[in-house]
Amino acid sequence: MAETQLTDDRDLREREAEKPHSPVARFSADEPLKLDAGVELAPFQIAYQTYGTLNAARSNAVLICHALTGDQHVANVHPLTRKPGWWETMVGPGKPIDTQRYFVICPNVVGACMGTTGPASLDPKSGQVYGLDFPVITIRDMVRAQAMLLDRLGIDTLFSVAGGSMGGMQVLQWAASFPKRVFSALPLATATRHSAQNIAFHEVGRQAVMADPEWKGGRYFAAGTRPHRGLAVARMGAHITYLSDAALHRKFGRKFQDRQNPTFSFDADFEVESYLRHQGSTFVERFDANSYLYLTRAMDYFDLAADYGGVLAKAFRGTPTRFCVVSFTSDWLFPTSDSRAIVHALNAGGARVSFAEIETDKGHDAFLLDEPELLAIVRGFLDSAAQARGLGPAAKG
Amino acid sequence: MRQRRDLTMAESARAPTGARLDHLLVADMVEPNSRVLDVGCGDGELLKLLETRGVDGRGIELSREGVNECVAKGLAVIQGNADTDLADYPDDAFDYVILSQTLQATRHPRIVIEHLLRIARHAVVSFPNFGHWRIRLQILFGGRMPTTPNLPETWYDTPNIHFCTIKDFRELCDVVGAKMEKAVALNAWGRPLRLNAPWWFWNLLGEQAVFLLSRRT
Repeated sequence: MAETQLTDDRDLREREAEKPHSPVARFSADEPLKLDAGVELAPFQIAYQTYGTLNAARSNAVLICHALTGDQHVANVHPLTRKPGWWETMVGPGKPIDTQRYFVICPNVVGACMGTTGPASLDPKSGQVYGLDFPVITIRDMVRAQAMLLDRLGIDTLFSVAGGSMGGMQVLQWAASFPKRVFSALPLATATRHSAQNIAFHEVGRQAVMADPEWKGGRYFAAGTRPHRGLAVARMGAHITYLSDAALHRKFGRKFQDRQNPTFSFDADFEVESYLRHQGSTFVERFDANSYLYLTRAMDYFDLAADYGGVLAKAFRGTPTRFCVVSFTSDWLFPTSDSRAIVHALNAGGARVSFAEIETDKGHDAFLLDEPELLAIVRGFLDSAAQARGLGPAAKG
Repeated sequence: MRQRRDLTMAESARAPTGARLDHLLVADMVEPNSRVLDVGCGDGELLKLLETRGVDGRGIELSREGVNECVAKGLAVIQGNADTDLADYPDDAFDYVILSQTLQATRHPRIVIEHLLRIARHAVVSFPNFGHWRIRLQILFGGRMPTTPNLPETWYDTPNIHFCTIKDFRELCDVVGAKMEKAVALNAWGRPLRLNAPWWFWNLLGEQAVFLLSRRT
């Protein structure tokens, strides 16, 4: 019956939520995911991608944690957008995270909508899409689920965990929750807690979704509607925070879009308006509105120090993990001061930590882009960690 | 902390192995296999040298290029500043802290030295000696702020805001209660002056000094 529903009234993206174009690990009712909200999620599934080959010692696995609107398609063509993977500058053969050398795993996080169980999945209890019946999840829940996936894959210790933004939060949570399972960690453009300003931005995004009459209190699947306008506005607002004043000025300035003069209307006269509208409209094609609510909430709730009596250093005391923290000068969403707080805590905990701030005008999104300094730093950090771990050079591909 | 610049004469002096003479001197003051923090680690050359001696080394460097170069080399280096960032390290986090040619560029040298001896039992501090005869003569006869091949910047361009002489530094050690374990004065080419010379001799003829300090317990 569920099958009919899928083919009848749910489009391509919504099929992806249930039957993704990537391997899926299914966890039965006997293997529940224990959530911070105090409830259990079961059964559930995790969609993931892998690249490269796990070595005989099972010591070359690298876990990539994706950001808010990312997914498991790190280094392959995206099944819905047909665009290249979201981190192909970083991950692939001969890239800093070299798939000829490392076995790369990227799971879709719990609560997302690309094949891992989330609000767009079917609730086995009701046979309907979860919607707001899905429990609120946290960054720690995401990490717990990933640990279950690694157990399933027979991987005990990760050579490295890497990710930016919300992915970086997962990296930090991994290091705090499972220090012995993480040999090295790359938290990029991230923080140990979401700032008031960032919570505020997220709240605006969520309210935009909820203000769309098509949202229907979260039950838009049953109603046969989709809150595309609200979600697009949320994305437009968020997208501004991923860039910087300087980058927007450099890319668009006050240039008009396909016209010489203003139209004296509310058309997208300016290039920047047209760009944002495009960002909004393409986003809704690949993302579920309720997932957006849940994942932004998970980021808002993230406060690593709170789990350790408010003392961040306690989260990392005596940690064996090597860290490489990177921030970007024009990132105002996760400014360098956030990364410094991580570094201070790691130093206070006696951790082996490198920290670099990279000068760029590209804002928060810089971690996803072709930033030669970032690529050199990640490569150097991983090379030296690989040496310490006794990993050989890249296999001939 | 040191800005990126060309190496001075003393810094360019190299042993046959390719290692900088001033680095070898500092490295010899550090126990092998110890935990070391290099404050103002530049491009990480000293940390690399220490690594070959089994040292677990970390670095702090002010210049962004320096840090990024170090991290790309696989060194555990963070961007930071001796004046503001030493306070974040817990007591006894390291066995040794190295402050190489950086003290004179700090805003509060006394506080910096106190932090060094708080976060490590031992500190290795090197600095240019402003008591050198060439510098004394420039002030005495030239009537101007001195420049030397090792200190080439003019007073209005230099990052060095707190020059001292070897005699001054010894006084600071007394003030902060540091014990002087070893002291070496170097000539302009980075070679040690003869040992067992009196302090006034070193203060007059040493272009640089390297001190191994330890905390009085």
